[in-house]
Amino acid sequence: MSTAKISVDRVSKTFKSGAGQTVLAVDDVSFEVADREFVTLVGPSGCGKSTLLELIGGLTAPTTGRLTLDGIPITGPGLDRGIVFQQYALLPWRTAAANVELGLEVAGLPKRERVERARAVLSLVGLDQFRDRYPHELSGGMRQRVAIARSLAYEPKVLLMDEPYAALDAQTRELLQGELLTIWERTKATVVFITHGIEEAIYLGQRVIVMTSRPGRIKATIPIELDDRRGSGDIRSTAKFTSYRHELWELLHHEVRKEVAPVG
Amino acid sequence: MVDTAEKSAVRAASTPAALSPAPTVPESPPVGAKLGRLIRTVAWRSAAVLIFLAIWQFAPTLGWADRTFLTPFSEVIRALWELAVSGELWEDVSISLIRSLSGFFIAISVGVPLGLLIAWYRGVANFLNPLLTIFLNTAAVALLPVFVLILGIDETSKIAIIAYACVWPVLYNTISGARNVDPLLIKSVQSLGVKGPKLFQKVILPAALPTIFTGIRLAGAASILILITTELVGAKAGLGYLISSSQYNFQIPQMYAGIVTVAAIGVGFNALLVYLERRVSHGR
Repeated sequence: MSTAKISVDRVSKTFKSGAGQTVLAVDDVSFEVADREFVTLVGPSGCGKSTLLELIGGLTAPTTGRLTLDGIPITGPGLDRGIVFQQYALLPWRTAAANVELGLEVAGLPKRERVERARAVLSLVGLDQFRDRYPHELSGGMRQRVAIARSLAYEPKVLLMDEPYAALDAQTRELLQGELLTIWERTKATVVFITHGIEEAIYLGQRVIVMTSRPGRIKATIPIELDDRRGSGDIRSTAKFTSYRHELWELLHHEVRKEVAPVG
Repeated sequence: MVDTAEKSAVRAASTPAALSPAPTVPESPPVGAKLGRLIRTVAWRSAAVLIFLAIWQFAPTLGWADRTFLTPFSEVIRALWELAVSGELWEDVSISLIRSLSGFFIAISVGVPLGLLIAWYRGVANFLNPLLTIFLNTAAVALLPVFVLILGIDETSKIAIIAYACVWPVLYNTISGARNVDPLLIKSVQSLGVKGPKLFQKVILPAALPTIFTGIRLAGAASILILITTELVGAKAGLGYLISSSQYNFQIPQMYAGIVTVAAIGVGFNALLVYLERRVSHGR
């Protein structure tokens, strides 16, 4: 208990839908994430994964339950947690470097330090050459790297990622997954990574949390033991990886069917 | 309707650059061919205007139209030149520009901050929106008698009604620009610890700028329209006065010279605003 970095304790969240009905998005979810752990959350679309991430990010408040970071209740967004969204969400009128500097600027860092830090994180994501490019001049993968660099800029202890690679093509996605593991090792951050991709969840996570379809509950937690993920071999086709894949597929298959099948 | 016309104007203004020979063409054609193509493009783009001017010139000279009422274009240009040389034209132009630009800038300095303020309070924006729609779509000229009644017939009432007509498109577009900023953009920036006035300054205002500029451009068109209307109705100087007094004194070439000047100012002003709009919309 005392080693938990993030603790989600019996958290539920209901929304008012457009039609005025209340929708239960997250239902009595509890889990913990250890310091420097890499946890992936996988579930069918619309299962409340993103809501859960926003709750940890402090962008919304839970209806019931408690969320803590280092034992301190989460009451709002903070620079101790960086969030990366699927749609990059970069400011189109700012260059890559200026986008990265935004948070630092508002935090009141002197210009020289800002520039230095932006340079450092952009080179960490391999974009030193593209500092002065505008988002529209960059590919999807590069934009997402800028977004990651932006959230790394003030060295958050926790990185929250909401399907960051879902809009990328398969090759770029695998490349960025590998890079992310390197970044994770270098920055020693705690990562909560949301995805609907089974392979992505296994490849990245030390632990995979499987969620049910709406309302989102935790269905299973599977520890992943893979040695040397970033070795030269094709780890995704090893027997171990395949068996994890099958296990998760079985768990999710049922949930997806429930979501898609007509009621009654 | 206006919007579509404006947009096609933007496109027309932006295409010459796009049509000029691209440097990335693998086998670049000889300079002569490039020049030929450029000339053809320019000729095609100015053809309609030239044909129009030719008809204007030849319809009265060939007797297709009554020369007394439709002065040939060449004589209009001569009248324009005489007005310019005598200094009379400049006097009217400067008076008109002062009126319309005063109203225009008053409208921007009121409309943009007020619009941002209203957009900040979502409830207020929803509350005021129907009323704004009414004002936006009520022809400002219809209120001219009211302005004259209250403010008299001098400069104050003219500038006031121009400002009044210009403020609605600016206000309306500022509110909608500020309210329609991508929520994800706001959310992601909030996660970086940006909030309150900083959020406004760093994100909402720059994100809304292209939409605000659309309002400013519409206001620019309105400022000229209302200016001329007020000057036609009651003024002792200005381009509208030049047009109406020339007609009254049967100085038809001078009347057309005034009209041509109004057209030139309108086109020039719009081109300037379109240019500025493209600058602020950089990369979007």
